[in-house]
Amino acid sequence: MKYAISSSTGNPDTEFSARFGRCTYFLIVDEGLDNWEKISNPAQNAQGGAGTQVVQYLAEQGVDAVISGRYGPNAYDALDAAGMKAYLADSGTPRQLVNQAQSGSLRLAAGPTGEAMHGQGGRGGRGGGRQ
Amino acid sequence: MTQLVVLSGKGGTGKTNLSAAFSHLYQQKYPGHLALLVDADVDAANLALLLEAEELSKEAFIGGAIARIDPDLCTDCGRCQEVCRFDAVISREEKFCIDPIACEGCAACLYQCPENAIALQKQQAGEWYISETPYGKFFHAHLYPAQENSGKLVALIKSRAQEELENSSADLMLVDGPPGIGCPVISAVSGANVVLVVTEPTLAGLHDLGRVLETTTHFDVQVEVCINKSDLYPEGAQQIRKYCQEKGIDILGEIPFDLAIPRAMNQGQPVTKFDPQSQSSIAIKGIWERLMTVVEKHSTEKELIQVK
Amino acid sequence: MRRIAVASGKGGTGKTTVAVALAESLSQDSEQIVLISDCDVEAPNVHLYLDPDFEQSKAVHVLIPQVDEDICTGCGICSEVCQYNAIILLKDRAMVFPSLCHGCGSCTLNCPENAIREIPNQIGILERGIGNGNIYLRHGLLNPGEPLTVPVIAALRKWNDEFSARIEIIDSPPGASCPVVEAIRRVDFLLLVTEPTPFGLHDLKQAHQVANELGIRTGVIINRDGLGEADIQGYCLDNHIPVLMTIPLDRNIGAGLARGDTLLEIYPEYGDKFRALYEKVDQMLEEAVGP
Repeated sequence: MKYAISSSTGNPDTEFSARFGRCTYFLIVDEGLDNWEKISNPAQNAQGGAGTQVVQYLAEQGVDAVISGRYGPNAYDALDAAGMKAYLADSGTPRQLVNQAQSGSLRLAAGPTGEAMHGQGGRGGRGGGRQ
Repeated sequence: MTQLVVLSGKGGTGKTNLSAAFSHLYQQKYPGHLALLVDADVDAANLALLLEAEELSKEAFIGGAIARIDPDLCTDCGRCQEVCRFDAVISREEKFCIDPIACEGCAACLYQCPENAIALQKQQAGEWYISETPYGKFFHAHLYPAQENSGKLVALIKSRAQEELENSSADLMLVDGPPGIGCPVISAVSGANVVLVVTEPTLAGLHDLGRVLETTTHFDVQVEVCINKSDLYPEGAQQIRKYCQEKGIDILGEIPFDLAIPRAMNQGQPVTKFDPQSQSSIAIKGIWERLMTVVEKHSTEKELIQVK
Repeated sequence: MRRIAVASGKGGTGKTTVAVALAESLSQDSEQIVLISDCDVEAPNVHLYLDPDFEQSKAVHVLIPQVDEDICTGCGICSEVCQYNAIILLKDRAMVFPSLCHGCGSCTLNCPENAIREIPNQIGILERGIGNGNIYLRHGLLNPGEPLTVPVIAALRKWNDEFSARIEIIDSPPGASCPVVEAIRRVDFLLLVTEPTPFGLHDLKQAHQVANELGIRTGVIINRDGLGEADIQGYCLDNHIPVLMTIPLDRNIGAGLARGDTLLEIYPEYGDKFRALYEKVDQMLEEAVGP
């Protein structure tokens, strides 16, 4: 089981970041908790659809479960389609949170976190195609 | 912590004046816990004019990209024009070029061009700022005129404000929303716990109240209403009361038309600061107190709330 | 066809009031057909004043891609070309996120297996009819919850009229970004309605810049004169924008509009004033076209 945790510092022992789509880093670790990999979030400055881009990227990295504070509807659907577990946390360091996930004391998201059904600002552009 | 968003549907009902007054009242009541303030009306950002804002930082907003055809590589095949859905490829004297105002940045033309003659260029569409005000940190922006992506800019400043909210002692994010019901409004309401709709007792106000309430049903938010300029047309106010009652929505209060509001605006201050004894200030304080009760009930608990 | 748009930047300054007054004034006077297009598709209000019988309507759609999973090979080209992350590769199949999609068609065009079809998704509706004073009115209504305003405005502006109006008045949405651009592009003249407050002046500047970007000639109408002390005239003078009319702050006007009366129904003398304004605009346009 490979975990990805959103982080603003890239340090497994400082407070995690609750932002999923636009956090600065993801910390990736396997269940042994010995190999921590810090990766830069490619979707930090995405035009739109940061959540979907993140999920695609993490899926490519072989991630099985994510831990963050909030998932928009697109991110949530993408995680579901990818077969990835989505854990919800409110505080803790990445190391603590993975431990909690493993011991079953971290909650799984049952749906997107109270955000728009149409995504957060991804549709800033002018237009849909016209027939 | 709570996110409170002020909307209206119809423009000009008084969102910004009220948002400024609320910022002032919150600071008066909780001087140790300043709110975070966001002006989500990035097209016509006016809240800064009432908050004595002092800029702390400024950053570029890259909205999207615009396609450009390299005339040296272009063979005038016209494939770009065939595929463009936004009428952005124009031909002048059989030469093709891109209309930057119409261009959406979708790159459909780029991938279809047989000569690889098209490239995308990122465009700076505006700026966003973090400012200090007497009422708390203030996140606002300026979208350059005639730009796209206002919804995206709204999402960006809210995202930064949300980050600050998590890292500071602030308990409230107060968002002054844009008029209408489209993308910037949807971005503004995203993540809100409570929405206050400011309406006016006019036929147009009532109609647009209906449209914005229809829009908020797509979100898991607590919606409240208040009526501004309430004595302008008493029958209109009655129609709004009736409508809200039918919808099961509370009216938190009514503010009479009061020249103290434009006078305060002229002085660059919230009306509750400029003229606290004015009729409008007194009414606004009443609305504010009731609103705070609602806000306390709907703040995000430490365990995440699941949506319906 | 002469086209005059009415915009403002700031919401609530009186765009609709002015657009309706202008349409009424011109319709009263001439035998030519006056058309008013209410492009504020998020919150249209013109019909509330002109009370039309809407005889015709037309749905507005955007095209959303749909992937045939049996044909999709998971090559990922669609996800590479999509600029909006609206189609991504998950578990070797493409997945579409309609709320992020801009309907550009790029994924569909580039799929090497032709695995993508486009499905129309209705986002709004257009309506048209004839209202009081024999004014032809058309408007758009964005479905609440739908984010994309511009395609509805674009569809409205392209909607062919069987009746050939000689004058079209366009009521624009508030703001200064893409919906406004779509509403007011390719018009002959732009009336900017403002109010003499700091907000009014600030947003007038934004709107004026939009007009400059689009290369449209502008004139200003100051509404609710007396509401504040902002120096609109000074700004207009400095920027060579004619102030074409000033409407005073007047409780009667406010109350009348609240009821759903038009400005001319409240004060019929505005008929002459708006006809004179139109003459002036006409003259300015003639002069511009001249040698």
